[in-house]
Amino acid sequence: MRSGERMAELLVVPALLAYGEAAFAYAGELRGPGLAGRLATWGVRLGWLAQTALLVGQAASVEGFPWGTWAGSLNLFVWLVVGAYLIWGCTPRYRLLGLTVMPIAVALLALAWAGGGTGLDENELSGAALAAHVALMLAGFAGLTLAAGMAALYVWQERRLKRHERRVLRVRVPPLDALDRLAARAIVGSIILLALGIGVGAASFERGDFDAAMAVTFLILANYCALLVLRHEGWRGRRAALLNLTGFALVAIVLPLTHFAG
Amino acid sequence: MKLTLAGVSHHNAPIELRERVALDLDACRALAQRLAQRLEGEAVVLSTCNRTELYLVREEHADDEAVDALVQLAGDRADDLAAALYRLRDEAAALHLFRVAAGLDSLVPGEGEILGQVRAAFEAGSAGPFLDRLFRQALHTGKRVRMETAIGESPASVPSAAAALAQQVFGDLTGHRVLLLGAGKISESAARNLRSRGAEIAVVANRTLAHGEDLARKLGASALALDAVATELERADVVVSATSASELVLSRESVAAALRARKGRPLLLLDLAVPRDLDPAINDLDGCFLYDVDDLEAVVTETLSGRRGEAARAEQLVAGEADRFREWQASLDIVPTIASLRALAEEIRDRELLKAGGRLSERERKHIESVTSQIVAKLLHLPTIRLKEAAAAADGVVYADVVKHLFGLEEEERRR
Repeated sequence: MRSGERMAELLVVPALLAYGEAAFAYAGELRGPGLAGRLATWGVRLGWLAQTALLVGQAASVEGFPWGTWAGSLNLFVWLVVGAYLIWGCTPRYRLLGLTVMPIAVALLALAWAGGGTGLDENELSGAALAAHVALMLAGFAGLTLAAGMAALYVWQERRLKRHERRVLRVRVPPLDALDRLAARAIVGSIILLALGIGVGAASFERGDFDAAMAVTFLILANYCALLVLRHEGWRGRRAALLNLTGFALVAIVLPLTHFAG
Repeated sequence: MKLTLAGVSHHNAPIELRERVALDLDACRALAQRLAQRLEGEAVVLSTCNRTELYLVREEHADDEAVDALVQLAGDRADDLAAALYRLRDEAAALHLFRVAAGLDSLVPGEGEILGQVRAAFEAGSAGPFLDRLFRQALHTGKRVRMETAIGESPASVPSAAAALAQQVFGDLTGHRVLLLGAGKISESAARNLRSRGAEIAVVANRTLAHGEDLARKLGASALALDAVATELERADVVVSATSASELVLSRESVAAALRARKGRPLLLLDLAVPRDLDPAINDLDGCFLYDVDDLEAVVTETLSGRRGEAARAEQLVAGEADRFREWQASLDIVPTIASLRALAEEIRDRELLKAGGRLSERERKHIESVTSQIVAKLLHLPTIRLKEAAAAADGVVYADVVKHLFGLEEEERRR
């Protein structure tokens, strides 16, 4: 492997450092808006640029689809999550969402690095259909991660409002109604992406029997569809947020175990 | 150019005096024009309910003119004015304006209205290059303080805390319906605060319908009897209650019944009455947030202490901006010296080139012209930088005098 390619691999280090700095700085933002928040936002931006360069380096160097392994998928997944967060995260009102998103991003990217998902090793998986399937599924799960971040923030802020915390107006948190609405929209978008991803996968690959990973994926889809229906019937606010977090627990814990362990 | 500020403010002038010297925007414009013409300089008049200040700029300080103008405004209260008047110059005046724009000199620290008032005064004033720079930087400072600190975000009164809580639940209040229970002054004050943030005051419910109708007319709402609010409870987003009833006006059961029709939409209830109007158990209902006066006062107390903490951070920002302005002002003093020095060097170069001109070919002349030009530029580069740096420090004037003396710039200027 050429030294230039090795250098590209090392881009994961600045990405991790910048994401880590952002996660740390968001905690400072809890004390009030100011320098910590701006440092956090710049950490997200710079880290995302470094990770983008890393992904470009991987795409340019590797034959076939570079993110077919579980660790590679995780790398791409983190990039999608942080990219989606950047859409909202840079506005002061939604900045605190980073408090729930960035620690997850740091942990998952570190895991991807440890698992070799940020390297430039050859991968036997290739093909446009696989790329589309993985990208759609990961984008869908990235959206669900964001929705879970919003739900966590909702539960936290709702609890503060219910308890009449004196400092409730000191920390700049997105309005409850907006968190509830945006989380629902993120779920709708994610369900569409997941459905498309499953469709591409089903149409393109020969699979064996109906396995645990597929069962869990359908369970996740069913859970989120049920959430949307119940929300329409009046299950809004805290109940919807808790259901959202339950669904994300399936995504975060069960799916990797069933999908990648094999 | 010298900056002079004279004015009175809420710190040391009672309202009787402040209203005497207060001016509307047209009067500020007219006075600024008169003063600028008389001084052959620049003038801006800032007048709000808390202060009236004159900012004047000309070659020398204009304290007398500024005081005279205020004395004329004060009329027969000129003696009181003398006791309350403050006068500031240059750096101190700039720092004062930056603090004013940042809301640090306001009655409620961090209040947001002052920034718009400073902008209006600037636009109505007769500002030249100096005051243009000063006021633009003041506006920039005010914006920075509001963006980089939380000083302006925290509510300073119970009605504004109530409105801020509504925004915390619903975000933008535009189109959100408010149900008022009670038609007294407290209800009205809270309603006006919510309406100023975009909320729609939909219904005023009062035990005496006629009183409710009066307030409803003022707020563009409809009126209801207090015992007929169940339907409106299903549609409202915010309920503000401030009746003088001695028993509960809304029970947990009546709100729970309305919640079924609300399809999970959150409901914020603000109980501003003592004794309380709303059953405290309402807060236990899913999607309901109930705040009474004590809760709101606790929030205000906390946010006011937060404002004081943020004010310390804001003061640092303002001091930094004031330093930047001082450096800019000092660089203005040194610019003529630098220009004279460069003009002298160019003049010497031209003279010597002229002397040698007859003995040189065209090609040689161009070559020597280029070389000498570079020598002059390189020789003066470092002194120019150092002079600008010295100008920003306290000893800038000394440096300028030394340069003038060493190079005979005064004689050169006189000769020219």
